[in-house]
Amino acid sequence: MSLSTTSATASPVGGLSKAREKELLAGARRSQRNTTAKIWGLRALIVALWLGSWQLTATYIIDPFFYSRPSDIWLRLVQWFGTGTQFGTIWENLGFTVLEAVLGFVIGTVAGIVLGVLLGRSRFLAEVFSPFIKAANAVPRIVLAALFIIWFGFGMSSKVATVVVLVFFAVFFNAFTGAREVDGNVVNNARILGASKRRILTSIVLPSATTWILSSLHTAFGFALIGAIVGEYAGAKKGMGMLIANAQGTFDSAGIYAGMIIVTVVALLAELLITQAENKLLKWRPSQAATHTTGI
Amino acid sequence: MLQATKPLIELRDATKRFPKNGGGIHTAIRNVNLSVAPGEFVAVVGPTGCGKSTTLSLISGLAPASEGQTFVRDQVVSGIPQGVGYMFQTDATLPWQSVLDNVASGPRYQGESKDDAREKARGWLKRVGLERFESYYPHQLSGGMRKRVALAQTLVNEPEIMLMDEPFSALDVQTRQLMQAELLRLWSGTNAAVVFVTHDLEEAIALADRVVVMTASPATIKAEFPVNLERPRDVEEVRLTPEFLAIYRNVWNSLREEVEQARTATSLAG
Repeated sequence: MSLSTTSATASPVGGLSKAREKELLAGARRSQRNTTAKIWGLRALIVALWLGSWQLTATYIIDPFFYSRPSDIWLRLVQWFGTGTQFGTIWENLGFTVLEAVLGFVIGTVAGIVLGVLLGRSRFLAEVFSPFIKAANAVPRIVLAALFIIWFGFGMSSKVATVVVLVFFAVFFNAFTGAREVDGNVVNNARILGASKRRILTSIVLPSATTWILSSLHTAFGFALIGAIVGEYAGAKKGMGMLIANAQGTFDSAGIYAGMIIVTVVALLAELLITQAENKLLKWRPSQAATHTTGI
Repeated sequence: MLQATKPLIELRDATKRFPKNGGGIHTAIRNVNLSVAPGEFVAVVGPTGCGKSTTLSLISGLAPASEGQTFVRDQVVSGIPQGVGYMFQTDATLPWQSVLDNVASGPRYQGESKDDAREKARGWLKRVGLERFESYYPHQLSGGMRKRVALAQTLVNEPEIMLMDEPFSALDVQTRQLMQAELLRLWSGTNAAVVFVTHDLEEAIALADRVVVMTASPATIKAEFPVNLERPRDVEEVRLTPEFLAIYRNVWNSLREEVEQARTATSLAG
């Protein structure tokens, strides 16, 4: 299988001359480039159509006071990033929100992994705690944001707490499943080879649960941003959620959109980072690309 | 040599029961008496699903006997005894580790430094003919190569007892014979006792010094047949000799009833 490809490049195989091989490969690359160009072209077209139609309808048909329009949103963004908001610079507000999200994300993830792996490896503990965890998961946790403001005040800690409860469950269930689904055969093999309980945990259980945990981090970071923003929305002195809440209070629909866009960009950047970390940690996985190649 | 030495492995009246799905008790093996001398190669054959693997898990200490006892070096087995290697039927390699680190995991678990463990692992990879593939991940190898990795992983700990649970059953016939030859070559350099579980009678006779026939479930030992074929053996050629065929006929006569009985039992159940 994949081993044979290493020798295939060394000599002309199947009666292909060097020149012909080059030609075929160049053709394949060209068609690949064409497809990529088409994909990006269509994407740009969709965005242009969407924004253009919005701009036109908001100028001539519907009231831009309620629905805003792309040009107004752009101006608001320029204003925020240029002169700043009425609550300090945009970077300050954004930094607040991101810091809350990241702090809560880290605490929630660590707690989720520790408890998930612990319960995943102990049937007894899992049995004892499962009704509590199910009940806690069923609570509409976003409401807790209001409670945390009463407990921890308008500062950062109440938002971090909201983020933690949202992130924890997303990570916990995946870590739990990952730790439970470890191949018993692999564990037995390690035991025979002389692994202690601790070594089985660190060298087998954690790495095999990593696939599950990493896939939960994508949704978990989304939850982290939502938690931070909802927390700020419920009451704060700084942050993107507070800016959005303030825009709502002053009927500034462009401000709501502008806040939304900034948060979306942050979420996409975080997604990119997590995907990169995932690819690095899971580089041992059979590559999907190899199995999907089409013939030339 | 055989008559003077004490048995390395001994099962005395060993019985193993499991709770059945949906209530009741399933007896996997009952009153098994078996002893294996140091350096001896014993093959255990029996109908599919009769409890051959259970015998191995008793010896390995992975699962204690329900009744009776297992001895390794005259010590009752509780926990995994020293110097045991176990090759499982299915892959047990770690997919996220390279071939080299998979093979080095045994010495690493035993507390050796990373460099020493890798040095040892390299030696064994060379012996199983995989030195060029040390940095590959298991999924990049063919089935036969993965078996070589498993073999190196087992042998690197230099076990005195090797338990093998149908290790080559998933391979195609040609690769299987190649691996059988490899196993004999590598084993001859050690002084390990081997308990080799298989449902393939030809494989059993080609490899072993002694073939043990187990009955249909609940399994116990029905008969034992010595295999007096010369070593070193050519696993492919030896199958064609009249001596081999005579032994085959003998063992098969004993095994046939059990296989038929197991068939009727499963067809009734199914």
